[in-house]
Amino acid sequence: MATLDAPRIVSSRRDFADSFTLTRYLETGGYIALRKALTMFPEDVAAQVDQASLLGRGGAGFPAGRKWSMLRRSPISYLVVNGDESEPATFKDHYLVERDPHQLVEGVIIAAYALQVSQAFIFLRGEFALGLERVQQALNDAYAHGALGNKIFGSDFSLDIVVHPGAGAYICGEETSLIEALEGKRGFPRIKPPFFPAVTGLYGEPTVVNNVETMSNLPWIITHGGAAFAALGAGRSTGTRLFALAGKVNNPGVFELEMVKNTFRDLIFDSALGGGLAPGRTLKAFIPGGVSAPWFGPEHLDTPLGQDEVGALGSMLGSGSVVVLDDATCVVRATWRITKFFSRESCGQCTPCREGSGWIERVMYRLEHGGGRLEDLDLLLDLCDNIAPGLGWPPQQTTICVLGPSIPSSVHSALSMFRDDFVAHVTHGGCPHD
Amino acid sequence: MSHFRAEIRQRAEELVALYPRKRSAMLPLLHLAQENDGYLSDEGIAEVAALTDTTPADVRGTASFYDMFHLEPVGTYVVGVCTNIACLLAGGEELLEHAAATLGCAPGATSSDGLFTLEETECLADCNLAPCVQVNHRYVRTTTPEAFDAMVQDLREGRLEHDVPPHGTLIRVKRQGGLRAAKEDVAAERATALAARTARADAAAQEAK
Repeated sequence: MATLDAPRIVSSRRDFADSFTLTRYLETGGYIALRKALTMFPEDVAAQVDQASLLGRGGAGFPAGRKWSMLRRSPISYLVVNGDESEPATFKDHYLVERDPHQLVEGVIIAAYALQVSQAFIFLRGEFALGLERVQQALNDAYAHGALGNKIFGSDFSLDIVVHPGAGAYICGEETSLIEALEGKRGFPRIKPPFFPAVTGLYGEPTVVNNVETMSNLPWIITHGGAAFAALGAGRSTGTRLFALAGKVNNPGVFELEMVKNTFRDLIFDSALGGGLAPGRTLKAFIPGGVSAPWFGPEHLDTPLGQDEVGALGSMLGSGSVVVLDDATCVVRATWRITKFFSRESCGQCTPCREGSGWIERVMYRLEHGGGRLEDLDLLLDLCDNIAPGLGWPPQQTTICVLGPSIPSSVHSALSMFRDDFVAHVTHGGCPHD
Repeated sequence: MSHFRAEIRQRAEELVALYPRKRSAMLPLLHLAQENDGYLSDEGIAEVAALTDTTPADVRGTASFYDMFHLEPVGTYVVGVCTNIACLLAGGEELLEHAAATLGCAPGATSSDGLFTLEETECLADCNLAPCVQVNHRYVRTTTPEAFDAMVQDLREGRLEHDVPPHGTLIRVKRQGGLRAAKEDVAAERATALAARTARADAAAQEAK
């Protein structure tokens, strides 16, 4: 049985059709947290977030409070919000920007106050046309309401927020690539070190980059306190999290669940959540944290939805996306499509990623569409090993950013778990499902 | 003499003023240039270069990195069908094939009447309603071949003008309000607050000793 008694922190307005309007937001407690934050010292606001031990919700899961405190002594110039949600089958930030833009805006203002910056940017992927409109409208309303702009609510804190559209590039979700795009350039990730934009970010100045869902948690944390947030979940995984469930389930969607208290089985099969698979179908595998994550099989269904719990089993909770593959799914086809995605989205700076992704995609294509050879199976593993030597998890880094080392996950998983399916494609001379 | 329409030129100048450095307005300006011409024309690129203090080569080099920017003319409606993992599992490839037959053009091509350009897209983050289709970056949520055909008919007959505006993802994004304070005043305000924060931290450190 799923545990569903935790408060909804970021999706509390999901049942309101007008959840994106200022009127509804104010009626449901909106901007009270900001008024409270403005009566506190900025460092005390940051301390609440630290105490909440809010892990970043973008994919890497780095503690947001630490991201902020690393720079407490050197003033930060800019706050940038990462809304370039493009990890395949991840659609939680899409929900947040369209359905609750004021919550995001209030979170950004609170973060900007804690960091004492007067310029913030919300970077949204360009394909979110409606999201861009909703967030801009929320900003317009916030300026008119006095929650944003000069001397916010009569305090000595002034802030400007600009919504910035991306233009169709998965790589811009990588924070240094996002900064390049925000500087008006090609979205090439920057060479590390420095590892953190907190050291050298936008225009070379100290910059904090946080995810949309991370920001959306802040109003609740300030209202209820960091301790109340930390009391939810277990271990390092505190609070709640949005899970985007997709693929072969009866009821795909975005669900807010308390961290660790539920398992993948609850998420996929509970009637209030995923609702199970179609009649007669069984679960073959699932991808636990975006297509960059190694796959899980049915034996992992009882793993709790927590960062360390999933990490201990050699995968990651990543972007909060869960994709279900049933027994009728062709895993070779699924893997081919995932490698095609990485091949298309590789920025081309690093050889292992640029050449490796295309090579793997072509081998996967011929396995799926006919022309595959038995030795291709070893060739695939060899290629993967060249991109992320040792094929361990987390992967070894041979490239500037983590896109490259994410490519082997699906190929290595599918080959290890379903080698017979690959062999069948070779002997059949193409896909036996066609 | 501006190549952009007066209204777009005005929005472009306002956009440039929002950023600490002009070049940062590059992506939004390119979206506006597409709104003006339907694609990135030489004239549009030259105007973006002038607005951002860069060269047309800089602008073209940047634009060519991004999937949403079209360096060649496209149809009135750019139809994107997703075939990434969630959509693949829901029949995205079959829907893309069907779309090609209905529109009369392969993925990457434009129909002979110039009305439609078909694209195979990567994940559009609407995976609970797979397979996902966008027209001019508006979700149309037509997951079956029949619904797709009805949607195309609606587009042809102008019944979707409200839901699917012409090119330009920013066409309805209108900024109102802003900081409206002198930069020096804001900088002074921050400096005072930061000095106070440092003083509190020093006092706390002193007490701890």
